[in-house]
Amino acid sequence: MTRELICINCPMGCMLTAEVEGGEVTKVSGNTCPRGEQYAKTELTAPVRTVTTTMKTAGGKPVPVKTKAPIPKDKIFDVVAAIKSATAPLPVKMGDVVLENAAGTGVDIVSARSMNNA
Amino acid sequence: MKSDYNIIIIGGGPAGMAAAIGAKEAGEDDILILERDSVLGGILNQCIHNGFGLHTFNEELTGPEYAERFADKVRELGIPFELETMVLDVTPMSDGRKAVSLISAQRGAVTLTAKAVILAMGCRERPRGALNIPGFRPQGVYTAGTAQKLVNLEGAQVGKEVVILGSGDIGLIMARRMTLEGAHVAAVAELMPYSSGLKRNIVQCLDDYGIPLLLSHTVVDIKGKEKLEGVYIAEVDENRKPIAGSEVYYPCDTLLLSCGLLPENELSSGAGVEIDPRTNGAFVNDRLETNIEGVFSCGNVLHVHDLVDFVSEESKRAGANAALYVKEGRKGGREVNVTVGNGVRYSVPSKINTDALPELTHIRFRVTGVYKDASIIIKSGEREILRRKSRILVPSEMLDIILKRDKLADVTDDINVYLEEVQS
Ligand code: SF4
Repeated sequence: MTRELICINCPMGCMLTAEVEGGEVTKVSGNTCPRGEQYAKTELTAPVRTVTTTMKTAGGKPVPVKTKAPIPKDKIFDVVAAIKSATAPLPVKMGDVVLENAAGTGVDIVSARSMNNA
Repeated sequence: MKSDYNIIIIGGGPAGMAAAIGAKEAGEDDILILERDSVLGGILNQCIHNGFGLHTFNEELTGPEYAERFADKVRELGIPFELETMVLDVTPMSDGRKAVSLISAQRGAVTLTAKAVILAMGCRERPRGALNIPGFRPQGVYTAGTAQKLVNLEGAQVGKEVVILGSGDIGLIMARRMTLEGAHVAAVAELMPYSSGLKRNIVQCLDDYGIPLLLSHTVVDIKGKEKLEGVYIAEVDENRKPIAGSEVYYPCDTLLLSCGLLPENELSSGAGVEIDPRTNGAFVNDRLETNIEGVFSCGNVLHVHDLVDFVSEESKRAGANAALYVKEGRKGGREVNVTVGNGVRYSVPSKINTDALPELTHIRFRVTGVYKDASIIIKSGEREILRRKSRILVPSEMLDIILKRDKLADVTDDINVYLEEVQS
């Protein structure tokens, strides 16, 4: 079976064509870089996404956060709910873990910005 | 306080920071960045989604992370910057320097001078007045960027039931963002038969959440006096006129307008910089220098980019060229025009100095529509400089053609950039 999909790994948005046989991706074409091939393989078997949102802080203004690694696509809303119920300590540095093992995914949430006490 | 500089950079967003780094790395130490906000980073600070930096850092970063890396670099290099500074006016002086008038808490109202000025003010959203929607302007109608700022920087609640008009990238990003914040996004309506946003954003911001993209549709009416109650969306014909009887009512408390970006060139115009009506940015040569000697332009104030990596790359070049200008003055020599033909909307630069070519020359442009299997042709007179076949070309993606010095070295005729379509 041939599947057409768009690589979302970078804004180039390459159009990929993948051959799928028995639940496995056997051939990928149309990608500009190796990440495209990897994307087609995961997207057609176990899709994942990096989630970005904000977490509240003690200072009033929210801090941008992201999943340190991509999480399964069907866990997005669970992870966002876990982030929403947490509060990031201040000051925080870019890259600091602000929530461990979000919603049981095994993936930590890190701050995407350094922020001082407001 | 010091008031005369070699280079003053207006704007401390991605373009201004990269320009400063480019100038510094080219050996220029006397630089000042002026930024109106209270932090460096510009619009990136509110762009909390990821997808930035793959070309620059070889990894995928969020907007704030990309900004912070550049800001760290600016600090590390010891480049001076002043925040909460409003530049009012740039004026060329008779001795070739430029006067930069500004107001800040730190300095008060003063005029600084510089040998070179780099314009890096970025862009803003098209105002909703340009949308031609009849009716009132009830509460609940925002530009997508305003909503993005409220949600991401202020932590504000914007709405629960949302319709988005315009499928520009900010609109698509906000469709997902509002969904993750607990809102329901009923539809994204796009006037054109294609989206003006990146494909990846349609996939991961709309398709992932089952948000319909209505191409060739627009909002024809807004209901609600004080507060928004709903909108009517109609299909449009090939002339972009609403088709009578196709209206569908969408009850909603929020309408986000994502109708494109405009370079913010009031300062440039005031300084006498010639503006290209196709980009709403300055006309520049291959050094990114405007018609005014020693005034450079880069990033979204020059032409609206879709990739911040391209902004950084372009701005670094502008910075390096400004540093060169401070050292050696304006490069004389033979300049050829860059013109555009079939399928190409504009090009940056619009002039190339073939007597002082850098190692690599970038020609950036956008196509006018969706083209399948067309070839990009760059020709000077009868000579073909480049021919590149492309599976698909879309207006939402800026194209960047890089030409080595020897490709342009003995070019004397105007350079023409156009698309050759396959005959079917
Ligand atoms: S294949 Fe590579 S270049 Fe193309 S979209 Fe994916 S990551 Fe980007």
